[in-house]
Amino acid sequence: MATRTVTIASSVGLHARPAALFVEAASNTGLDVEIAKPGEDPVDATSILGVMALGAKYGEEVVLTAEGDGADEALDSLVALLSRDLDAE
Amino acid sequence: MATTEPSAQSGVESGPESGAGPETRQGIGVSPGTAYGPVVQVAPPVRPPADEPPVDDQEAALGDVKAAFEAVAVSLEERATRVEDTAQQILKATALIARDKGLVKAAAKQLEAGKGRAGAIAGAIEQYAAQFEALGGYFAERVADLRDVGSRAVAAVLGVPAPGVPHFTDPSVVVAEDLAPAETATLDRALVVGIITEAGGRTSHTAILAAQMGIPAVVQLAGATTLEPGTHVALDGDTGEVTIEPDLELVEQQRARAARRTEALGRLSGAGATSDGLAVALLANIGGVDDAVAAGALDLEGVGLFRTEFVYLSATKAPTVEEQTQIYRDVFAPFEGRRVVVRTLDAGADKPLKFADLGPEENPALGRRGLRLSAERPDLLDAQLEALAIAARETGADVRVMAPMVATAEEAAWFARRVRENGLPKAGVMIEVPGAALRARDVLGEVDFGSLGTNDLAQYTMAADRMQGALSDLLDPWQPAVLDVVGIACEGARTVERPIGVCGESAGDPLLALVLVGLGVTSLSMAPSKVPVVRLALSLHTEAECQRLAQIARESRTAVDAMGAVREAASSELTDLL
Repeated sequence: MATRTVTIASSVGLHARPAALFVEAASNTGLDVEIAKPGEDPVDATSILGVMALGAKYGEEVVLTAEGDGADEALDSLVALLSRDLDAE
Repeated sequence: MATTEPSAQSGVESGPESGAGPETRQGIGVSPGTAYGPVVQVAPPVRPPADEPPVDDQEAALGDVKAAFEAVAVSLEERATRVEDTAQQILKATALIARDKGLVKAAAKQLEAGKGRAGAIAGAIEQYAAQFEALGGYFAERVADLRDVGSRAVAAVLGVPAPGVPHFTDPSVVVAEDLAPAETATLDRALVVGIITEAGGRTSHTAILAAQMGIPAVVQLAGATTLEPGTHVALDGDTGEVTIEPDLELVEQQRARAARRTEALGRLSGAGATSDGLAVALLANIGGVDDAVAAGALDLEGVGLFRTEFVYLSATKAPTVEEQTQIYRDVFAPFEGRRVVVRTLDAGADKPLKFADLGPEENPALGRRGLRLSAERPDLLDAQLEALAIAARETGADVRVMAPMVATAEEAAWFARRVRENGLPKAGVMIEVPGAALRARDVLGEVDFGSLGTNDLAQYTMAADRMQGALSDLLDPWQPAVLDVVGIACEGARTVERPIGVCGESAGDPLLALVLVGLGVTSLSMAPSKVPVVRLALSLHTEAECQRLAQIARESRTAVDAMGAVREAASSELTDLL
């Protein structure tokens, strides 16, 4: 299982447009991707409602996990996405 | 769901035309301009029938539920192709909600529990809506999007027409409980002259989209959904006033007033000052990096209140100096050469920190909060001051630091020493405890400046909890007792020659701003959108006139009298525009 920790760079946090872009990207990997706040229960990263209800704010860390072929590459691309201020783009 | 606007006008009939004649109601203006036209009521959401029986074949029923959600997603995406950028993004995001696997899973559980198809959809939606409402703020305002998806899916599974805006051909004012994004985004702006909602807030989709489409809009208007279709209404998207069955003369007056206001506000720019040249700095209240970037681009003199709580509240461990420096740098950068007044950490039992929880308290508003928490955990304060000093040096902003919840001169001295030890040039204190206001001479003598937090000062002066909506009349910043306390604090500041500002909501009320300046306040910090009207108010009065208004307010017996008397005595050139 692949795991990455990343800090949310979007100034509005992981909701609205940044959440939609992240969920779309997670769905496009075709893998079971999960996202969690450190120490909390993970949620399905392809569920916009789950991701929004996570309430991850600017500057907070989240943990991504995925399984299967290409999990490392998929997570690297999602980490790169969350490291940008998606709301400003 | 949406928060109530703290209003300077509570208990006061709004508008110069109150009395006999057409009824005027007060909402919150969120998209400027005036409009007049007949009411079109948006069809209310479709709800599941009360007597819907449980399903026989759960698998088939779940298939129907999935198909309903999918149909909603498809229709939203189809509409997204026909609208412009912002509307398109909102519709696409709403379509993503309709396709959410979590909703289908939740609906399956509802079916198992004996709900029918429509009931299962509604139940699944409400499960998430409850979560979002509990999260509050931004999330609570997304509940409208979620319920819109649910209502459309319920209509689809029942085979009835989708809820929403009915077909109409005359230019009209669209009225709804709350407009869903899908509805707002697809409004025909040639036909929709105005929008009124009963719910919603400043950051709801209705507000954002209406402003973008240039349609005047008022939200949080009580009783909006009970207006008879066809009733003519006039609305003012600046003041939030809605008049029912106005005479045409009033409509014309309102239109002319809005035009005059736009013209008058556009004529002025730059630093705030009274007409005889007394400088009063016009500043913004901000709570984060995005606020800073937005306010930095505006014509104002800096920031009078930067709330730093967001740096801490969601963190599970104390943020490091490096992490904080990065955030403060982003906040200060837009204000190179301008002032930024930073309020140090203001947390307590009602805003607990995971890494500095001192335990529950019976009376959090009176407990170990603000500077009192910093006294227990000076390590947190030192890390914050160190980060602020580094960011200040790197960005060239005129950074001044102040402590919340200071009650005594000793506390002020303790804080000032720590600020200076960390290499920051200017230390101040919030004046929000009546004790500190009464002894402002001693408290401010220890520091470089003071800032009146009028919201908390009113709470403590009137012994009325700010969280108690029912006590809002007591919290009215026009309460003569509160103005007396402000006046005494200003006298103390004058004695020791220290500048004293205001950073509460009252600074953004143009009439109250004049009173505050008359009491001796030297800077006003407010929501950035209020700056132009306050600048105008100042430019129409001399310092002596402000002092006279302050005297009139303090001589009044009640808050309502104070506001009425000041309105009467202020320049008609100003009140004519309000």
